[in-house]
Amino acid sequence: MLITCPYCGPRDVIEFTYQGDGNRERPEPASQNFEAWNAYVYDRLNPAGDHNEIWQHSGGCRAHLRVMRNTLTHEISSVAFVRGDHASPARGRAEDKP
Amino acid sequence: MAEYSALSLLANALKGNKDWKPAWRKPDPKASYDVIIIGGGGHGLATAYYLAKEHGITNVAVLEKGWLGSGNVGRNTTAVRSNYLLPANTRFYEHSMKLWENLSHELNYNVMFSQRGCLNLAHTPAQFDDYARRGNAMRHLGVDAELMAPAEIKRLIPALDISNDARFPVVGGLMQRRAGTARHDAVAWGFARGADRRGVDIIENCEVTGFLRDGDRVTGVTTSRGDIRAKKVAVAVAGSTGRVMQLAGVETMPIESHVLQAFVTESLKPFIDTVVTFGMGHFYMSQSDKGGLVYGGDIDGYNSYAQRGNLPIVDEVMSEMLALFPGLARVRMLRSWGGVCDMSMDGSPIITMGPLPGMYLNCGWCYGGFKATPASGWCFAWTIAKDQPHDFNAPFTLDRFHRGLVIDDKGQGANPRLH
Repeated sequence: MLITCPYCGPRDVIEFTYQGDGNRERPEPASQNFEAWNAYVYDRLNPAGDHNEIWQHSGGCRAHLRVMRNTLTHEISSVAFVRGDHASPARGRAEDKP
Repeated sequence: MAEYSALSLLANALKGNKDWKPAWRKPDPKASYDVIIIGGGGHGLATAYYLAKEHGITNVAVLEKGWLGSGNVGRNTTAVRSNYLLPANTRFYEHSMKLWENLSHELNYNVMFSQRGCLNLAHTPAQFDDYARRGNAMRHLGVDAELMAPAEIKRLIPALDISNDARFPVVGGLMQRRAGTARHDAVAWGFARGADRRGVDIIENCEVTGFLRDGDRVTGVTTSRGDIRAKKVAVAVAGSTGRVMQLAGVETMPIESHVLQAFVTESLKPFIDTVVTFGMGHFYMSQSDKGGLVYGGDIDGYNSYAQRGNLPIVDEVMSEMLALFPGLARVRMLRSWGGVCDMSMDGSPIITMGPLPGMYLNCGWCYGGFKATPASGWCFAWTIAKDQPHDFNAPFTLDRFHRGLVIDDKGQGANPRLH
């Protein structure tokens, strides 16, 4: 299985660390909505087909990647930085000071 | 007279083996049943068998998408053990062990259950202490366990490198003598025949495509061979739980599907007569009666329904094997294959009523489902027949995650690829 890192190009899966399901919504840190926390920690869509997941290129540039991968064929249809266009901060982070 | 006996073997041999009955019929599905079991693997077939035998419920259909035993019951590495730490797991798997001990006799079918022992190797003093703790927890609940010193281990497994020059020297081990292996295909066939002879319809090549509903209540299934109604619909499809529950409109489960690979070498002369596990990684090995070394390691570690894995795990498993047994370096690997595992969020299974009315659920076996086969069927049959769990499976609910009652034997947290 090869994952095409946007920085480094196609690399063997052994360079990457699986970070799991990318569909999960983490509640705000102060949230006391226990159902939302439970769902975030324990519930998975686990589809047979295209799966939105997070990988880290831990043996390379260390970027976190959002990968669309088919769980029936292991075919990868898209790879992007988790931070979207890579200019805006990750969700929940403060805007960079100019 | 039992269907299979020395006498029947002789009589059939004299008649040219023409009169053997097929081990199970090939019936067409009826329009309705008391109970439908989705999944003709070990657990589904065992459930059907115990429903008929223990509870007298024989108007039962087992629906199998492919051929009988084509899934994980024929893909595992056949180890049977009950060496767990937490009481809920220990009690359940020990019940399974007791059923295993009488299974060939009970089924009148030789499942080749061989109590050759299972030895967990410790490579650090801290790990040895941890094994002592687990061994004590097991003995506290009446399960056999004994600690072994390196010299004793060397006598048991001469091929093992226990020298201080080994990459990970062996400092001791935890042995469960009653553990062992069984022939996995025979387990499926034995339960299938036992259920069939009691009137259960085993319907192969019958894929469930949806659920019939009356409001919330599940009243049957649509299949590739027509609609079938039932008072109770039981799901025992570990590996495909996500797919089948999606058909029922259950969007999320506390499960991820992962692929686990297994391997077998060419046949060797007797090399190892126990099940041995490596403590500095994840590796387990035994030798089949044909002589092949049967072994495996970790799951590949990403969601997959593909029943095949990738090379990094192959490489890792071989490395671990050679760290323990340098002498196997020139042995050729004969076959490798993959199976899909329901990795649950705490490493323990789910055997419960629900989650919809009229539905019963058996899933989340991670990669420990084979050893559980008899107890899983026994407890699931109890749950279906009585509409309440037995004490053995009462802790294994679906809602335990949201209620904070997880049963996490390895203490890994909600990280399914680490269980």
